[in-house]
Amino acid sequence: MGVFDIMGPIMIGPSSSHTAGAAKLGRIASLLFNRKIEAAEIFFHGSFAETYRGHGTDRAVTGGILGFKPDDERIKDSRQLARERGINIAYQTIKLKEVHPNTLLIKLSGKGQSLTMLGSSIGGGNIIVNLIDDYQVNISGKLPTIWVLHQDQPGEIGVITSVLGSYSLNIAFMQVFRKKRGTVGSSIIELDHLPGHAVLRRLEDIKNILQVRYIPPL
Amino acid sequence: MDYATIKELIELAEKEGLPISEVVLRVEIGETEQSREEIWQAMLENLGVMRESVATGRAGQIKSPSGLVGGDALKLRVNNTLIPGNFYREVIINALAVAEVNAGMGKIVAGPTAGSSGIIPAVVLALGEHLQLSDAQLTAGLFTAAGLGNVVAKRATLAGAAGGCQAECGVASAMAAGASVELCGGNPNMVGQAFALALKNLLGLACDPVAGLVEVPCVKRNGFAASHALTAAQMALAGIESIIPPDEVIEAMHQIGCLMPASLKETALAGLAVTPTGLAIKERLNQ
Repeated sequence: MGVFDIMGPIMIGPSSSHTAGAAKLGRIASLLFNRKIEAAEIFFHGSFAETYRGHGTDRAVTGGILGFKPDDERIKDSRQLARERGINIAYQTIKLKEVHPNTLLIKLSGKGQSLTMLGSSIGGGNIIVNLIDDYQVNISGKLPTIWVLHQDQPGEIGVITSVLGSYSLNIAFMQVFRKKRGTVGSSIIELDHLPGHAVLRRLEDIKNILQVRYIPPL
Repeated sequence: MDYATIKELIELAEKEGLPISEVVLRVEIGETEQSREEIWQAMLENLGVMRESVATGRAGQIKSPSGLVGGDALKLRVNNTLIPGNFYREVIINALAVAEVNAGMGKIVAGPTAGSSGIIPAVVLALGEHLQLSDAQLTAGLFTAAGLGNVVAKRATLAGAAGGCQAECGVASAMAAGASVELCGGNPNMVGQAFALALKNLLGLACDPVAGLVEVPCVKRNGFAASHALTAAQMALAGIESIIPPDEVIEAMHQIGCLMPASLKETALAGLAVTPTGLAIKERLNQ
């Protein structure tokens, strides 16, 4: 935790957990999907389920999905803006097991693809993403973060880290996860520095890398 | 250099002969590898947004979407038949002003949270005006507040949903109390004592907002918690100490938060939220 997690963020009210955190989660989901969004389903759990309308959590997460940052004054009108952009968004409540009281499940779809993300707003506008599709992750969004899907085979992680190293990018945190041995591996890499387009494209070009997504720090 | 407790923060300040604000700033420089100027500038920007939100709220043209909140800061500002004590009054006006801006979906600094965002700017900016402090001094005060809040974030919680309102307005009041002591020239131990005194007296505070909105009782509670911070700062500056040390008060807050039922932690399922009036408001808003 840094001082600006405590005195900050600068944001649109009324609730750091229910507005700023929700906007961040929506924005990350949108960045992970990285395609034109045609439809979104947003599920509110716990305290979110009880109060999402009054806190404007629906407007905040919608704003995030549209790419707005938590201090963007357009958040207030995001539901209208989403309609204008032709995005069909459904809002529902859900009861999940063993998750933080302020948890969101976001399903995005478009062009025949879909993405499901589970994340929580853990206080003061700070967030954590726990699950992307079936991959367990732990993303705070504070550092430049890269999500890579790759073949689960010897040397693959080494290839990725060498590429990052060759661009002088230091890895702060790294998590590797797979559903089943020898299938697809998921790596979350949090960096100390901002990666340029070139390094991201370089990663995408590697034969056994299936997908690369980048989340700039919020 | 690092701190995980208030005790460590105070000891570092005493050992180095620095104010707490400077210790907090140096630790931040060490952890983020950002320059002093970058970090300082970002906190100064916070001060600027705080000042704007105070000004907007004091002008009194706000109504929250629900219609429950807005215009009280103005009411306090223009009324001449009040209890004496202009400084306290200014603090309360500032706190209501920012809290009203927040409820109206305006721009604020969440410090430590949006629901409690009126408390720290209220106290810091009113002291700044009254004591004619520079922006640099006020910015330093924000670092002190942030350092204190950081310990709570590490060891307990700042979320009403996890710890009740004690974790939001309670901690904000304690942070403001600590910052006030430094701004008034108190030593690092006094900063810690003010923090402990303020937080101790708001332990157990439930988060039971009407219709689940950050409006009732939140907006007026910002006014109360801001004046509460001054009471704690006054005591600490006079050398009054909390019998329970700051870090143990944080532990107590954490424990109380865990024991508190979910119905009193931002779910609007108990307390003020389910009073006949509270429920009637909820029903009206859902129509």
